[in-house]
Amino acid sequence: MRGALTVFRKEMGDYFSSKIFLILLALIYIAGLGFAYLSIQAIKSAPMSTDQSLLIKVFIDEMFFLKLFTVGEIRAIMTFNFVRFFGAFIPLIGILFGFNAINSERNSGNISRLLSQPIYRDSLINGKFLAGITTLTIMISSIVFIVMGIGLRAIGVPPTAEEILRIFMFIFICIIYGMFWMSLSMLFSVIMRNVAAALLTVIPIWLFLTFFWPFIAPQIANQIIPVQEGATLATQMDNLSLSVNLLRISPFILFFEATAAIIDPTLGHLSMTVSDSDLSKLIANPLSLSQSFLQVWPQLIVLIMLTIICFAISYIVFMKQEIRST
Amino acid sequence: MNNVIDKPIIVAENLTKQYNGKTVVSNLNLTVKEGEIFGLLGPNGSGKSTIILMILGLTEPTSGSITVAGFNSTREPIKVKRITGYLPERLGFYEDMTARQNLKYTADLNSIPLKDSEIKVQEVLEIVGLEKNKNNLVKTFSKGMKQRLGIADVLIKDPGLVILDEPTEGLDIKIANQILENIRILNNQKKITFLICSHQLNLVQRICTRIGIMSKGKMIGEGLIDNLGRGLFSAGKYRIEIEVSDATPEILEKIRNMDEVLDVEQIDNLIQITSDADIRSVISKLIIDNNLLLTRMNIKDSSLEEIYLKYFKEE
Repeated sequence: MRGALTVFRKEMGDYFSSKIFLILLALIYIAGLGFAYLSIQAIKSAPMSTDQSLLIKVFIDEMFFLKLFTVGEIRAIMTFNFVRFFGAFIPLIGILFGFNAINSERNSGNISRLLSQPIYRDSLINGKFLAGITTLTIMISSIVFIVMGIGLRAIGVPPTAEEILRIFMFIFICIIYGMFWMSLSMLFSVIMRNVAAALLTVIPIWLFLTFFWPFIAPQIANQIIPVQEGATLATQMDNLSLSVNLLRISPFILFFEATAAIIDPTLGHLSMTVSDSDLSKLIANPLSLSQSFLQVWPQLIVLIMLTIICFAISYIVFMKQEIRST
Repeated sequence: MNNVIDKPIIVAENLTKQYNGKTVVSNLNLTVKEGEIFGLLGPNGSGKSTIILMILGLTEPTSGSITVAGFNSTREPIKVKRITGYLPERLGFYEDMTARQNLKYTADLNSIPLKDSEIKVQEVLEIVGLEKNKNNLVKTFSKGMKQRLGIADVLIKDPGLVILDEPTEGLDIKIANQILENIRILNNQKKITFLICSHQLNLVQRICTRIGIMSKGKMIGEGLIDNLGRGLFSAGKYRIEIEVSDATPEILEKIRNMDEVLDVEQIDNLIQITSDADIRSVISKLIIDNNLLLTRMNIKDSSLEEIYLKYFKEE
């Protein structure tokens, strides 16, 4: 454990002095503040707005403070808000923190020197993973807290205890999601000796699961359970549930569902099956905290399991790998 | 040589390592005593690095056992690594950190308390003569400086045993000799046992108290370099070469009749004698007594070159 802590300290130092960390931090702060500004503008202008959806969303809802993270600009059919930005950005942080964890040590020739010190071999991978998680946690929670602070000042409505709990839960889900991508890219850093190859393998996987799978999954569902004109409601339901289950292969969808239910208790849990424009026609009826947790429970467990599986594989492969300097 | 204690520090017994059915080290027995500089010499791919990895417990032997100062390398690698320093063949440091920071990290990994580590780092940097460069980034270092930093890195933990894998590889001869000289001094002053692996036989054997010659995973000879060559090539015989003013048949006959002489060959005035003992003095007396002039005489210590030619050249 001592060895892992030493590696952890050194890696933390590396992160905080690395350019990539500073750039990512700057980006996440700028984007976070930008979205906070958008939300504040939307909330402030809501009473005068002719946009029915915003009126309903803001005023029938008790969860006023959480709107900071969910209200945003509606462009085309996608809502651009803080949560969705996180969904796209956190995997990138995770990937960039993990893709060169082990192979760079190997390529630089440091690995034989490190492992000939009186530490267990797993200290290296544990310390690195721990440092990555900690840095990720600091990045995510700091920007969320900043947005909360600015929001409190701007809209003047303090968050309730429940809202604070929900925000912590949201941060937790974000960290788990980042951990998954970090453990996946770390796995490739163990398997692949070439740093660039590892990165160029994880990025397409991320792109595919995040941006292409949501289009492909419903098509597969349609092939398996075709919905012809005049199909019964049962067939349509089967098609939809198959499609949703296929979608859930992607960790992005899991993250999206989990965060939506936590941070947008009014409508979030429906967002998978109902389009954004239809959502606005619904009468808000927020779920209680315990019900929201129940909603996200399976998604969260799957994300944690995926993380553990990736980490376990990297761990086992690394422990059995030959440590040769040539 | 005077600080060799008759107490083994590395003991390998019937050590065998196979990778995917291919035998890399086969049935190796090796004993290194405390205070020695043992040279494990052999061409590339003869299994030297694999032996090192097994000593450090970084790879498991297929069969056989290996202990360092009584600790089993496979079962107690941490205890072994606590007392063993290792300088890998392809040595790397964190290029964006200074020499001092790199060494500090090693000190931390060895659980050296913070207050001692600063002094320790300074001390080892002075030993290798890098104290002036301690705050420079490692990426500004030359290959020789990195190698010296490597030695400093190994010394941080106050090792009883230091294993060096190709310490002179890729260095020019002057720097290589400096490093070897450093090793000799450390052995002398700090009583550190060294195990040096190298394919640069000529360069490295000078400082070794004992050497082992590796070829294709087997130890084909072990001992002092002079005896080793004789043992390997002429079955314990001496080869003496003399040049006389006139190699008459009588003198040849007289030499041949000596008890120790096994074989005599003559090429013009050059006579090659194979014998059981070093009989140079007797031969020189014989030649002078026969009123001949001895123009040249040497005992052929060509064993080194022969070892080199036979085992190191063939690839």
